[in-house]
Amino acid sequence: MKILVPIKRVPDPYEKIQVSPDGTLALDDVKWVINPFDEIALEEAVRLRESGADVEIIAVSIGGSVCEEQLRTALALGADRAVLIETDAALEPGSVARLLHGLVGQSQIDLILMGKQAIDDDYGTTGQMLAGSLGWPMATFASKITLEGNDAIVVVREVDAGRETVRVSLPAVITADLRLNEPRYVALPAIMRARSKPLERVAGVAQDPKIEVIEFLPPPPRKAGRRVSSVDELILALKDEARVL
Amino acid sequence: MKLLVLAEVPQAVTFAQQWASLTGGSYVLVQAKDITAEMLVAAMKAHGCDALAGAATSLGRDALARAAALLDLPMLSDVVKIESTDNRLVLTRPMYAGNVLARVRTLGDVAVYSVRVSAFGLPTSHSPLPTPLALEPIPTPGVTVLSLDAPEQNRPELTQARVVVSGGRPTRDAETFEKLIGGLADKLGGAAGATRAVVDDGIAPNELQVGQTGKVVAPELYIAAGVSGSIQHLAGMKDSKIIVAINTDPDAAIFEVADYGLVADIHVAIPELLEKL
Repeated sequence: MKILVPIKRVPDPYEKIQVSPDGTLALDDVKWVINPFDEIALEEAVRLRESGADVEIIAVSIGGSVCEEQLRTALALGADRAVLIETDAALEPGSVARLLHGLVGQSQIDLILMGKQAIDDDYGTTGQMLAGSLGWPMATFASKITLEGNDAIVVVREVDAGRETVRVSLPAVITADLRLNEPRYVALPAIMRARSKPLERVAGVAQDPKIEVIEFLPPPPRKAGRRVSSVDELILALKDEARVL
Repeated sequence: MKLLVLAEVPQAVTFAQQWASLTGGSYVLVQAKDITAEMLVAAMKAHGCDALAGAATSLGRDALARAAALLDLPMLSDVVKIESTDNRLVLTRPMYAGNVLARVRTLGDVAVYSVRVSAFGLPTSHSPLPTPLALEPIPTPGVTVLSLDAPEQNRPELTQARVVVSGGRPTRDAETFEKLIGGLADKLGGAAGATRAVVDDGIAPNELQVGQTGKVVAPELYIAAGVSGSIQHLAGMKDSKIIVAINTDPDAAIFEVADYGLVADIHVAIPELLEKL
């Protein structure tokens, strides 16, 4: 079974990204990592292999050569090979879905395991768009997946009402939620071994953007709050000042 | 222009009303039950719609984004504002856990939108709202729903509640969580929420998670009890009207967004609140 795991290079989720006074995003000094949800997806692919399934894991990223750093990490985490679709264009979910669709068309992929959302642009749409574009079944927000033979997967999904269990036939797109697993740390020997794993570069087909960013704004500031010293003072403030009780 | 609206929650209709008044177009409401992208696309064709909208719920996120690909349209998710500038639609959506707002527009002003429920109020109704149309079921090929484990809720839905009481890790276990967080929520007629850590630990079910990747809420009153205030949690609640934080750690990040901060142990402060409210 060939599993494709798309990997996005994003700022560390613990960094608070802000809009600079000149209106651009202050990204110069941030640490870059694999999008946490993509890392969970990759970990799940590795666990499928460790549980005995015959699996080849292909990590793919889209962007400039800087993305090789995250692909090398993906190789260290257990991907067998990596593909970098090179482009310097700004990427929106529709373009990413189209570029991934192109790669899938050439690679006979059985399963695409990817993060449910990227923590930079927070779109949360790429997996669904890719599934729609391929005409494949999808199961998003996965918190548990179980292979059923070679042609289906049972997925427990975290939905607004609770947990839904679905069966999807392969090939399919599955997007990973937080509780699918806890990714392992990369061990040093794995980093060394990853250096010899193949990383292929292909040129990305130019995509026409359909979304135009006019400007970035900081969120409106909140009015400064205050400390209260007791439950009584809190109740009084909520009743008389905030008038919410 | 004509907008097809997945009328799962009233706030999606509010967006449609604003869209219609800005574009001079009209909209058609459809029911959300068992909706698929394939049904939305068929309904758009049947009703001559060129754009599509719904709420950014788990149902909407799925069906709308898949439909966007089937329609070859761009999709803007988690829209918090719609306006018109120079005769073009301009949408605002949060990025980076709500630390950045992007004002964006799409080619030809035709797109698929998922709207953030907490950012839109209830629809204005000069006349009764039209009844959403029921659609013929069309399943997504290759997907079979086996079961839904959805515990019955005896509290308001998180994203619709006027008051939300959220608990963090100091709630310790499911029983204490229910007693303190559930008890205070009930006292205030509100909903109970939880941090990621609490859900990860199995103290509260996943449908209660508030945050960047859980539910986004903006109630009149948000009480964060034993919540440290990670960037991810703040993203899900910092637009609440009034925020109360109760935490033993005076340096907890949650106090930075709180209107009222009480440095106290929730195991002492919440029973006292329950007694005095």
